[in-house]
Amino acid sequence: MKEFMMLFRHVPNPNYQPTQEDIAASIKQWQDWIGGIAAQGKFMSTNQLGYTGKVVKPGNVITDGPYAEVKEIIGGYIIVKAASEEEAVEMAKGCPILSEGGHVEVRSFMELDL
Amino acid sequence: MNTNELIPNLFRTEYSKLVAVLCSVFGMSNMQLAEDIVSETFLLASETWSKKGIPDNQVGWLHTVAKNKTRDHFRRQKIKRDKVDPDVAYMTETSTEQAFDFNDEGIQDGQLKMIFAICHPSIKEDAQIALALRILCGFGIDEIVAALLSNKETINKKLYRAKQKLKDQQVAFELPPEDAIEERLDTALKTIYLLFSEGYYSANIQETIRKDLCLEAMRLNLLLCNNKATNLPKVNALLALMCFHASRLEARLTPDGQFVLYDDQDRSLWNQSLITQGEYYLNRASVGENLSKYHLEAAIAYWHTQDDSSEKWEKILQLYNYLLQTEYSPIAALNRTYALSKARSKKEALKEAKKLDLAKSHLYFSLLAELETNNQGRLAYLEKALKLAKSPYEYEIIKEKLDVLIVQGKAGDLKKSNQFYNNC
Repeated sequence: MKEFMMLFRHVPNPNYQPTQEDIAASIKQWQDWIGGIAAQGKFMSTNQLGYTGKVVKPGNVITDGPYAEVKEIIGGYIIVKAASEEEAVEMAKGCPILSEGGHVEVRSFMELDL
Repeated sequence: MNTNELIPNLFRTEYSKLVAVLCSVFGMSNMQLAEDIVSETFLLASETWSKKGIPDNQVGWLHTVAKNKTRDHFRRQKIKRDKVDPDVAYMTETSTEQAFDFNDEGIQDGQLKMIFAICHPSIKEDAQIALALRILCGFGIDEIVAALLSNKETINKKLYRAKQKLKDQQVAFELPPEDAIEERLDTALKTIYLLFSEGYYSANIQETIRKDLCLEAMRLNLLLCNNKATNLPKVNALLALMCFHASRLEARLTPDGQFVLYDDQDRSLWNQSLITQGEYYLNRASVGENLSKYHLEAAIAYWHTQDDSSEKWEKILQLYNYLLQTEYSPIAALNRTYALSKARSKKEALKEAKKLDLAKSHLYFSLLAELETNNQGRLAYLEKALKLAKSPYEYEIIKEKLDVLIVQGKAGDLKKSNQFYNNC
């Protein structure tokens, strides 16, 4: 088993004002997807990222980020265990972000000999 | 009540208290000495009471005799002082006198310290359970054998090694320091929960022992809830969990000791007072920021005490989703999939079930049979489950479902829906 990280990317829509029900339904979908992975014993960790942050550049240049320069942002990630990249990709196909206008990037971890 | 009935009852309730108080005097490294003195006390009670009659204040009698025996022990030690065990040597008779604390507070304090001594990380889990049954619950060796489905020799060895280990590791008879209490509590809670599960889930153990195990686990947990230092949210959550489960103790067994599946239980037999107590402790657990797995399991158990509704199964599903992210276990994975079938559809759950790599478990195939709508498929799954059944009880329950399915298949009547899986 190897570990893979899935990054959830989407273009934020500032006009989207979800209702309480929308949010609850979305949480349910995400939890069902993640719960399904966890039920296979393949869940490692996950986090949802906040909507604001800072970008730090050389020369002590700090800007509000990440919206300023990129259209697409990372909304969160999950780390899973899978036998192969194919299997990880198969898991990613169930990710709710796909029906919310975003996409998933599946990445392996580099093995470092230290 | 004659001596023959009275002594075993007193042994069960008083043995652990006496040992705990004596260990406060002797220290953990002399636990065997404490046990010997208490055993001698009971022996003397049995001899004296059958000859001279039963005293009015039996517990007080036991306390006095144990105290005298301890005093005698110290006198003998004093005589051969230079050969004395260093732990015992420093104690004078006066300090012994003061150290005895047979009031309620002293007993509770002693038992609380005993919980932490026995649930020490250096002691193996199975040995902790045997030791807890002996020292904290006052089980006789035969009862421990019956409770853990083991044999005398194994249990005696296990107890001996565990006591030796307590001595070697110089485990202290004390409440853990404040900065260590969270972590030490985790081991204690785990052992208490295992004790409970041993009673709740094991097939083939006598019904009286089963109930005793569950009640003793709850009693120990209550000790932790009643002490300020250990009254943490997760401690209350575990007690809530056990109250909810225990509310079904009567309903989940037939008079001849067969398990009754959750859906088939007579709900009027569910113990409402335990459910109410469970709710009370779950409320007390709902403070602070830490959500332990006991919180999640208690919440799942809470919903199982409620009437069927779509909300119920949706909540249970979401709680299992969280629980599995906290800690994976095959049984949680199976239960989550079952909840999915109830909250959504069998079709969706079957798809998810097929992703699980649990082909060694009879429960897995029982679940697949429950979710499969095709009769041939069901039959095949149940046959696989039957091959994997580990106990006669498991075999029986699957066989029965298989027979029903075959009969129904022949009669062409498949209207009656069958519960193959959920055993709560």
